[in-house]
Amino acid sequence: MIVLLLFLVPLIGGLLSFFIKNDKVVRGWSLLVSLVVLFLSITSNIFLKSADHLNFSAPWMGNLGSSFSLKLDGLSQVLTLLTAVSYPIILLATWRTGYRKPNNFFGLMLLTQAGLMGVFTATDALLFYFFWELALIPVYFLCSGWGHERRIPVTFKFFIYTFTASVVMLVGILYLYFQTPDRSFSMQSFYALKLAADTQSWLFWLLFVAFAVKMPVFPFHTWQPDTYEQSPTAVTMVLSGIMVKMGLFGLIRWVWPIFPGAFHAWGDVTMTMSLIGVIYASLIAIQQDDLKRLIAYSSIAHMGIMVMATFSESAIGIQGVLMQMFNHGINIIGLWIVVELIERQFGTRKLSQLGGLAQKAPALATLLVIVALGNVALPLTNGFIGEFLMFNGIWSSNTANAHRIIFTVGALISIILSAVYTLNMIKKIFFGNTNTITENAHDAFLNERIVLGILAVIIVVLGVYPQPLLDLGNSFVDSLMKNVKVANLIVK
Amino acid sequence: MNALIFSAVSGVIMMFSGFMLKSKSAVRTLAHILLLVVIAVNIMELRGISIFSIDTKELLVFDRFALLFTLVATICTLAFFLLSSKDMERIGTNYSDYFALLFFVLSGVIISASFKSLLMLFLGIEILSIPLYILTGSDKRNLKSNEASLKYFLMGSFSTGLMLMGIALVYGATGTFKTGVPFAFELNKVPVLMTAGMMLLLFAMSFKVSAAPFHFWTPDVYDGAPTVFTSFMATIVKAAGFIAFMRLFNDVFGTMQPQWKLLVAIITAATLFIGNLTAVFQQSVKRMLAYSSISQAGFMVLAVYALNDDAREGLILYAAAYSLATIGIFGLLTKMNDYTFDGFNGFAKQQPMIAATMVIFLLSLAGIPLTAGFLSKFYMLRATINGGSIWLAVFAVLMAAVSVYYYFRLVQAMYFKEGKGNMSIQLSPSFRYTMIALAAVIILLGIFPNLLINWLYF
Repeated sequence: MIVLLLFLVPLIGGLLSFFIKNDKVVRGWSLLVSLVVLFLSITSNIFLKSADHLNFSAPWMGNLGSSFSLKLDGLSQVLTLLTAVSYPIILLATWRTGYRKPNNFFGLMLLTQAGLMGVFTATDALLFYFFWELALIPVYFLCSGWGHERRIPVTFKFFIYTFTASVVMLVGILYLYFQTPDRSFSMQSFYALKLAADTQSWLFWLLFVAFAVKMPVFPFHTWQPDTYEQSPTAVTMVLSGIMVKMGLFGLIRWVWPIFPGAFHAWGDVTMTMSLIGVIYASLIAIQQDDLKRLIAYSSIAHMGIMVMATFSESAIGIQGVLMQMFNHGINIIGLWIVVELIERQFGTRKLSQLGGLAQKAPALATLLVIVALGNVALPLTNGFIGEFLMFNGIWSSNTANAHRIIFTVGALISIILSAVYTLNMIKKIFFGNTNTITENAHDAFLNERIVLGILAVIIVVLGVYPQPLLDLGNSFVDSLMKNVKVANLIVK
Repeated sequence: MNALIFSAVSGVIMMFSGFMLKSKSAVRTLAHILLLVVIAVNIMELRGISIFSIDTKELLVFDRFALLFTLVATICTLAFFLLSSKDMERIGTNYSDYFALLFFVLSGVIISASFKSLLMLFLGIEILSIPLYILTGSDKRNLKSNEASLKYFLMGSFSTGLMLMGIALVYGATGTFKTGVPFAFELNKVPVLMTAGMMLLLFAMSFKVSAAPFHFWTPDVYDGAPTVFTSFMATIVKAAGFIAFMRLFNDVFGTMQPQWKLLVAIITAATLFIGNLTAVFQQSVKRMLAYSSISQAGFMVLAVYALNDDAREGLILYAAAYSLATIGIFGLLTKMNDYTFDGFNGFAKQQPMIAATMVIFLLSLAGIPLTAGFLSKFYMLRATINGGSIWLAVFAVLMAAVSVYYYFRLVQAMYFKEGKGNMSIQLSPSFRYTMIALAAVIILLGIFPNLLINWLYF
């Protein structure tokens, strides 16, 4: 039941927001709704662990073979928790940003959250597709309505890109549906399918492309830096912190267990694509002068490593991916908060025009350094655990015995590159001399300090004691590996 | 049966009402009442209560499918009346005649949805076409309207000729006009007469539903005709054409599928391709809608291609989803002074509620989930994949993705571009409520399609 609430609360809260005309009230209302969702999510993680609470199923479109079924398992727990934690942080961090028509803005934000919750919990393929689009449409309106000056063509490109890929996925889902003996869209029926190797092979691509565009994997990434740059920062946080994880989620939930053979067979190709993306994005990030684009490219690099670890087909790699999905969300939201703050204060995002902020804003500097170290995956920060597990996974992968050294070394190089651009960014923003733009800088406001403080605490705590997060995903990883192993045996 | 009789009689009544009723609002009210009666008797017949029952000697058959489509067509007509009947006043002086002609078209629609004999198919298509030729040219002082009417008439008569020839050839091969009799040909020994007749009928029907490469009349005619009537032509009439198309190929040529499957697949792909690609380059919303109607036709041809239960259910749903959304958009378009995309700039600021309903219509046409348009496209894809052609389905969804481009251009114009100040369009409360109701129906059908489809079985 609680899983249904995770979806319903933001949905209804969002719909109600459209009718609240007062700016202050609607902000408070959306924050309240997101806090309720956070409370529900934590409750579902700690207290209400019985199957009654974590599963929900109702008949819906019976003659199409689809039902309204939601479920919280380890994978969904991690991602719904991320969504639930991120939203209050995002809303609080952008508390001072003014929007015209705030009722529509916050309504759409909460609808996006509802869509995300649906995507992460749906166990019916058609329902999953519904939510997939439900999460996309509000984002389209958010970016086009409240973004920066090039927002319209950029958002349009993003929308067409993802929509095209997702309708192709729909064809794949429909084909799978006709393969099931009981004509059903449910996950269990899809998992039970035993498809021939060549069928798997092309179906894999129909689904994989949809997810690859979302993540984005090289060469499907071209929409991403522009979109991140042109969107309002609150939406960029949702996009980069949570939404990109939809792609990874799709891979783990809908691609791997259904096409284990193709997943294995194409592993080399997809890992190579990701590796190219990782190195390429890191190199571009080093060159960037624009803060937003720098972080956008760094996000491509980080996502690439997660994709590689997923395709390593090892339990430890998946464990790392689960960790990193959560941590990357937290870290990147932290980075965006700083960007938002700088942009609002100085009206520029150019690194070359900033400098010397450390003296003017010591609190901000300290907090950003912690977030940035998490992003670089320094030991004792949350990023380290995830990345370590992922590298371990890539190294011990059975996909690419011949090439695993190349993949591991490539991934490790990206860590060095990531340190280069992140530390370079810190240097250029905080150190050096102040100039005319940064002379009159003031420190972070209270709300920003609180939010960054919370993020810093999460980063350090999870860096020192990651066990709770590991436990969350443990049973899921076990059952996933079992599923995939069984399927692999049958295919061979 | 009852709906057919009532709508034919209503047409006659409306024809003479011009003498009796002097005020235009009285004529309009009468038309609405008559249409409501038609809907009521049709619902009664669906529920098994008939006022008349006339033996049609198996020329017509009023099965659930035909009745359900009649219901969809009449309800769409009601929506059309509610939104646009006032705008018909501006076209010419013969206000009551327009309603009479629309009722005659409706009779044609019902006949073509329920024919059981090729003769009746011919009659239905003709009854539906001839009033449309007149309506297209009803704006007598407008040269474009005249041109469109003549063009439509010449091309339409030509295709009718093809159809008649096809029917004659099929009669020659089988010796009967009756449909639904399985012909006992061996697959590789189908008589040439039959194949030739099938081809001619295929071309004639493709012309009527404006499937490529027989679509060239559509943009000009839709653009030239008065916008109110374009709305009717592009929706209800087109949907009826598809119902007839599918019935014909199911009942008469169902047993010789290998002979025409490939042809229909080519027509589908060509229609989707040409409709979508050309719509992208249009600057006028009206012409964009004309090409969008071609591209939507491409999706509906998929039903003819697949010819299974999914296709039947899907086509009804598609007809409803497509007609309701398009009628809504055209309803607003008739009120606008400027038909270009730029004419819609800043519309959302002035009319937030109507703009929101427009977004729902456009999302439905583009096939975004939670709208009826998505589910109807979904049914078509399902039918196609079930029919064994996954590549046609992939092609269709790629084309659907292209369609997002031109539908969303309108959304962008309304929401994200600055208008030039006051557009000064007057929208009556009844117009607003109808638009909101249409949007609500589209969402409702998008979440619970069974509301409509269950009528087929219960």
